Parts: sequence; structure tokens; C-alpha cells
Amino acid sequence: MPDFTSTFKSSPLSKILLLTAFCAFFNLNILRASHEGHEDKGATHTKTEVSNEHEIAGVTDEPEKPIGKQVSDMILGHIGDNHYWDAFGHYVLLPLPCIVYTESQGLQFFMSSQFHHGEHAYNGMKLVNMGAKIVWEDAAKTEKIYDFSITKVAATVILGSIVLLVIFIGVARTYKKRAGMAPKGFQNLIESLFIFMRDGVIKSSVGPRYKQFMPLLMTIFWFIFIVNLMGNIPFFPGGANATGNIAIPLVMALVVLLYVSVNANKNYWKHIFLPDVPVGLYILLIPIEILGFFLRPFVLMLRLFANITAGHIIILGFFSLIFIFGSMKEAVGYSVAPASVAFTIFMGMLELLVSFLQAFVFTLLSSLYIGMAIEEHGHEHATEKH
Amino acid sequence: MILIELPPLVNPELGLIFWMTLSFVLVLVILRKYAWKPIMASLQDREETIEKSLQEAENARSEMARLTSQNEQLLAEARVEREKILNEARQMKEKIVGEAKSAADDEAKKLIARANDEINKQKLAAIDELKKEVAGYSIAIAEKLVQKQLDNKGAQQELIATQLKELTKTQSVAG
Repeated sequence: MPDFTSTFKSSPLSKILLLTAFCAFFNLNILRASHEGHEDKGATHTKTEVSNEHEIAGVTDEPEKPIGKQVSDMILGHIGDNHYWDAFGHYVLLPLPCIVYTESQGLQFFMSSQFHHGEHAYNGMKLVNMGAKIVWEDAAKTEKIYDFSITKVAATVILGSIVLLVIFIGVARTYKKRAGMAPKGFQNLIESLFIFMRDGVIKSSVGPRYKQFMPLLMTIFWFIFIVNLMGNIPFFPGGANATGNIAIPLVMALVVLLYVSVNANKNYWKHIFLPDVPVGLYILLIPIEILGFFLRPFVLMLRLFANITAGHIIILGFFSLIFIFGSMKEAVGYSVAPASVAFTIFMGMLELLVSFLQAFVFTLLSSLYIGMAIEEHGHEHATEKH
Repeated sequence: MILIELPPLVNPELGLIFWMTLSFVLVLVILRKYAWKPIMASLQDREETIEKSLQEAENARSEMARLTSQNEQLLAEARVEREKILNEARQMKEKIVGEAKSAADDEAKKLIARANDEINKQKLAAIDELKKEVAGYSIAIAEKLVQKQLDNKGAQQELIATQLKELTKTQSVAG
């Protein structure tokens, strides 16, 4: 495992300076990129009929487009999905594999580079919505396209899974190798968080049967944590808004719902369908309980999605201030840059906290939710009756 | 099929759901077998070992305290014992020395008494001897006196003198 401690052993001030320098460098790159983009794309503009087509990852190509629209396109392009991976700003756009199924053409595999950044159509299909969506070139065609492409978010999820597997199988091996000895190094780092989650969250929320649910809850926690952290890296292998894409928390929330439904005991179902109230109130209470049954995972999903997406939007918003002011006069843009960078650093720190916090909260609430479903009869009703 | 057209931000993509489900389930299954279970087992093992070790340390400490107090007691007992033995030895010594002294005194007295007896016996024997000698000499002198005619007083005197001289000479030679 690489040892990062020595790199960051220096004073906090030097860390901030390092970060500032890094962010400033990155900011200026984007600034330059947008300028180059203006000249570059302006020239190619005449070649294409549809102006939207080659806006991959929010790279705007129309000089006449108002700056506000450019910024919102860039932000929405970032937080949405993409068939390209903007590995380093927009200089390096990595093509990703496309897997498309249509009834007429069957299953097709090809690289997204076939679309030439949205400028060309391939097999009658084209890339729109800043690289997010594959549609028919012929707008009149209504046949459904099933898009199973490994998009930027899917690739991030797969990469995060691999990171997760490497880390934890490695750590588990260390445990076997150092059986009976004190934890050491990276194992120690993982263990402190592991024990914190086990004792502070899972054991106390799920109850005495917590061991059965440890694998699921631990996987959820570390998966969200690692993918969140990857989202905080501005370039490859990060940069994707993965946990902030609704599909990712949706799947995890559904898995939690599945676990709850399978493991819930009689009391839980009775609580929903035969609550301890006069029969007349059933009309009122049962729909509420059923709604609550689905609402819990729904809220779980929404919280993670909203928090991570909001974080990405705010950081990009702060960056964009530079260009919004720069569009008035370039010098104004440069003079706003330090404040913008400072805010971005602050948000970056906050995002690191949020990365952990959201993983923690998702796990905590899933634990409580499972704990509620498997709780043995007794004190639950005593506390809820009044 | 689509009931409501959601804005793209909150509209989950089918492909993403597929890949996420696949990745997540695979990660869950693999980590459950190869990571979570071994890690949990190791942690539990270690926690139990620590608990046991602490318990053992506690036991050892109480055992130690017990042994220490026992030792002190033994030490005190030993001290008393030593004192007793020393006293006994002292008494024994005094007794032996006393006995030896009285025995020696007796022996000395006996020796002295025996010596006195011997001396007395010798003295008596010597006196007897002397008596016998003197009687012999007396007889011899008397014989000589009788044998020689005692004409004159001068000759008599001379005779006695020579006889006495002879007597004393032999006595000094004998003595």
C-alpha cells in the first residue's frame, strides 16, 4: 500500500498552499480550454447541421450562447452520465464501450468513439444530451433502444468495485497472515473504521442478530464511501458523479428493501397490516404503513443522491464564477479566481466530510430499518402506542 | 411503457441499473466470502484473546497478592522459629559448658586427691625406709663401737667423727 503519511506530515499551511496551487492550475486549464474551445469549435461548427451534437461533457461550441447557459450545460453535463470519460478536463476524452440492443438490429458492441464526439451517426444512431443518450438519427423512428453501455458512471462503479475488492481481500489476507498479532499500517486504518461502524452503528442499530447483516451493511458503507471519494477526484479515475446518479442509490436502496422484506418477522408485517388500533382506523393506518414501507428506502436513495449531486453542483458553481466574471472582462475573471478557489477548497473539504457522512448515514438508516424489521416483540409497541 | 417522463437527472437509466446491480451483488457476494467473514472472525478471535488475557492477568495478580501475603506470613513464622532455635542453642551451650566445667572440676579434684594420696603414700614409704636405714646405721655404729675398744676419750671422739663423716658421705652419695 502506498504510504501517504509522509507527504502530508508537513504543516497544515503547506497543505493548503499545495491544494491552492493545484486548484489554481486546474482552474486556469479550464479557462484556457474554454477559450480554445471557442476558437476550435467555432471553426467546425459549420460542418454540422445540429448544433447540440458535439457538446460532449458540456463542452460548449457556440460562441453566441449566453454564459449562464454554458455554465448550466457544463454543470448538468458533469452531474449527468456520459458515453465518454472526460479523463482530464476536456483534453482527454476516453471512449467507452457501448452495448446497445434494439429489436431490429439486435445486440451491438462498439466503442463510443464511433460517434466522433457526437458529430457522426453510427448504425442510424446518434449521441445527444451532451453525450448522455443514444437516440435514433431519424427522429420519427419510435423503436426502443436498450442502452446497456458502460458509461462513465457504470465504469466508475465497476472501477470502485475493483478497488473495494482489492483493498478488502488484501486486508483480509493481512488478517490471516498476522493472526493473533496487533493490526498494522493500512490494516489498522481500515480496522478503526470497521470497528467504528460495527460497534457504533450496526451492532447498536440492528440488534443482537447484527452478524447476519454485517456483509450487506459493510459493503454498502465502503462502496458508498469509496465511490464518493472517487467522485471527489477531478480527473481520471474520478470525476464521475456516480453516487449522485439516481440509479446507484436506487439499486442499493432496493437491495436493502429486499433484505428487509425477506428477513422481516411476523411482528413487522403485523405492524403494517394489522396494527394495534381499532379496526375503523385501518383505512387510515394501513395505507400510511404501506407507504412508509416504501418511503424508507426511497428517502434513503434520495438523500444520498441529493447530497452528492448538490456537492458537485456547488463546487462547479464556484469554479464557474470565474468564467461568469471573466465573460465581462478577462481581468475580472482572474481577480475573482482566488476567492473562487478558496471557496472551492472549502467545499472540497466539506465534500470529503460529506463523502464519509453520507456513507455513514446510509448505513445507519439501513441498519435502523433492518433492526426495526427483525426486532422481537415487546418494547417496540410499548413505546409506540401512545 | 413510460408512465411519466422524468427529467433526466432523476430518471434512472436501465443500463446503469443493470451494471450497478451486477457490480454491487458481485462485490457483496465476493466480499462476504473473502473479506467480511475472515475479518470479522479475526476481530472476534482477537477480542476474545484480549479479554481472556486480561482475565488471566487479573487472576495472576490476585494469585500473586495471595502468595505475597503467604510469604510474609511464612517469613514471620520463620523469624520466630529462628529466635526459638537460637535461644535453645544458647541454653544448650550454657548447659554443656556448665556441665563440662563441673566435670572438669570433679576430675581435677579427683586428680588432686589422687596425687595427695600418692604423695602421702610415698612420704610414708620414705619415712619407713629412712627408719630402716637409720636403724641399720645405728646397729652398724653400735657394732663398731662395741668392736673397738674405747681407750680414750680422744679416740672415741675421733671414731664417732669418722663414722659420722662416713655415714654422711654415703648418705649424700646415696641421696
